[in-house]
Amino acid sequence: MTATTGENNIVKDDDLPGHSVRLGIDEPLRLDCGADLQNFPVAYQTYGTLNEDKSNVIVVCHALTGDQFVAETHPLTGKEGWWDHIVGSGKTIDTDRFFVICSNILGGCMGTVGPKSINPATGKPWGLDFPVITVRDMVNVQAMLLDHLGIDDVFAVLGGSMGGMQVLQWAASFPDRVFAAVPIATAARHSSQNIAFHEVGRQAIMADLDWCGGDYLAQGKNPNRGLSVARMTAHITYMSESALHRKFGRRLQDRKEITYGFEADFQVESYLRHQGITFVDRFDANSYLYTTRAMDYFDLASDYDDNLANAFKDTPTRFCVFSFTSDWLFPTDANREIVHALNAVAANVSFAEIKSDNGHDAFLLDEQEFIRVLGGFIDGAARHRGLPSRGGDAS
Amino acid sequence: MMKENQRKAIRVDLQFIARMIEPGSRLLDVGCGRGALLEYLVNEKQVDGRGIELSTEGVNACVIRGLSVIQGDANTDLKNYPDDAFDYVVLSQTLQAMTAPKEALEQMLRIGKRAIVSFPNFAHWRIRLHLLLKGRMPVSETLPDQWYDTPNIHFCTIKDFTELCREMGITAERAMALSQGADSVQRIDLSPLLSNLMGEQALFLLKK
Repeated sequence: MTATTGENNIVKDDDLPGHSVRLGIDEPLRLDCGADLQNFPVAYQTYGTLNEDKSNVIVVCHALTGDQFVAETHPLTGKEGWWDHIVGSGKTIDTDRFFVICSNILGGCMGTVGPKSINPATGKPWGLDFPVITVRDMVNVQAMLLDHLGIDDVFAVLGGSMGGMQVLQWAASFPDRVFAAVPIATAARHSSQNIAFHEVGRQAIMADLDWCGGDYLAQGKNPNRGLSVARMTAHITYMSESALHRKFGRRLQDRKEITYGFEADFQVESYLRHQGITFVDRFDANSYLYTTRAMDYFDLASDYDDNLANAFKDTPTRFCVFSFTSDWLFPTDANREIVHALNAVAANVSFAEIKSDNGHDAFLLDEQEFIRVLGGFIDGAARHRGLPSRGGDAS
Repeated sequence: MMKENQRKAIRVDLQFIARMIEPGSRLLDVGCGRGALLEYLVNEKQVDGRGIELSTEGVNACVIRGLSVIQGDANTDLKNYPDDAFDYVVLSQTLQAMTAPKEALEQMLRIGKRAIVSFPNFAHWRIRLHLLLKGRMPVSETLPDQWYDTPNIHFCTIKDFTELCREMGITAERAMALSQGADSVQRIDLSPLLSNLMGEQALFLLKK
């Protein structure tokens, strides 16, 4: 490790559990925007044991506001990991068989370098001086992490939503390093409607006076109200209308009658406010700006003559694409577009549309059919890779 | 690995299809259902097998067993595949349910070097008799649906299909009529009239 001067203090992140490594020390990472990133921290978490020939690696890519704490109690919220019901000993992604790696994304706020990290050039938080990043930059960082860990190729890369975008980018950028790819509830490009929702969220943050032009950390403030509204808007897009109706209907919150005022009369209002308020405790507003921007910029085909199929030409990777019937943020059609591109290059692809009324959130929830089909795909791919099958030895 | 009892478990007409497949070939099963044929071919003939299936239940059952199957509509999705992507494209008992069977045949022989098609023969004597005596659309064990809710919108006879192939310049490398649960097999090319009368099902190996 190269000793660095005064730049190894990531704001409040030093106490996080898990691993942290500094990358880009010998050679900086050239970002899509043209900037170079040098000697930066990447936080990651692992579950299970790396086998001798390093053939049992599964990379999990987290979504916009997820993080590396996939399958353990979250150090800040105290809640169980976001895929605790899928990743673990004896579970669908069985940590008795696989070595699972999840790293906090580039631009994130859980230990990997992002706008709240200290800019070594100034000794202050990056803020808006942090370079604008892309999904491809995120994946390049993950590839650098694997290089650092001495892992050439991985058995599988999985992720939903923005995590699914990373999966697609992984398969396109590093086809020979990915045996199986599972993009879930995602798209090969961010839609106009989705960009629009992101813009509302960003404007809410930037309209908060405590945002201070992005300089809030240095000024000892935090745009909690703006970030909270951004989260509330986004949260609506993660749920289906029927799920909202099922959970809340028009039921009133702790009152028998409407109050003819602007308190949270309705349960759904109270719920959204709670979502907003708790979010600001664990997420950085500028990080939200940067990562939503990265999703907006994602258009995989644009790097391949605007023909998505070219991104997967001659791919050796086995794919399994998932969508959920009530997901209107990343609807089945957007996922089917990926499938059609893979068909166009005769790639090995499975595609399942899962019946669910949980909207986009379904990929994070205990959706039995999804989990069963996912497990079947993983086991099938493991057989083809010659990895031990569930509860048994390699066939 | 599959045991003998499982091997026998696939339908008899599927066994005939399986016999036509070269080991290790690339194959697409259009309308693969719950993947019985696909699983058999992957395990027994080491094919690189893919499937398209309309029903969610069928797709999920396939992927759970590790088969590469996509949820999709064979009427619209075949056009996405490149030319000659497969050695065989199989359409088993599905032709009569397609909105455009002729276009489907064209697509199959574009994306596959060969196509294998099986369908119920609507000129089988029992169907002819049923129509003649009862004057109503036949409902049987193999064709269980009433006319108003059957998915089978494009029934044809062996003679019809043979004629269509001729029109389209398609060569039938093999053509078989199966009857009595496929215990009886006739070569359609040797006895076309009898096949069209006695065959309950037809099975064609086609080449453009």
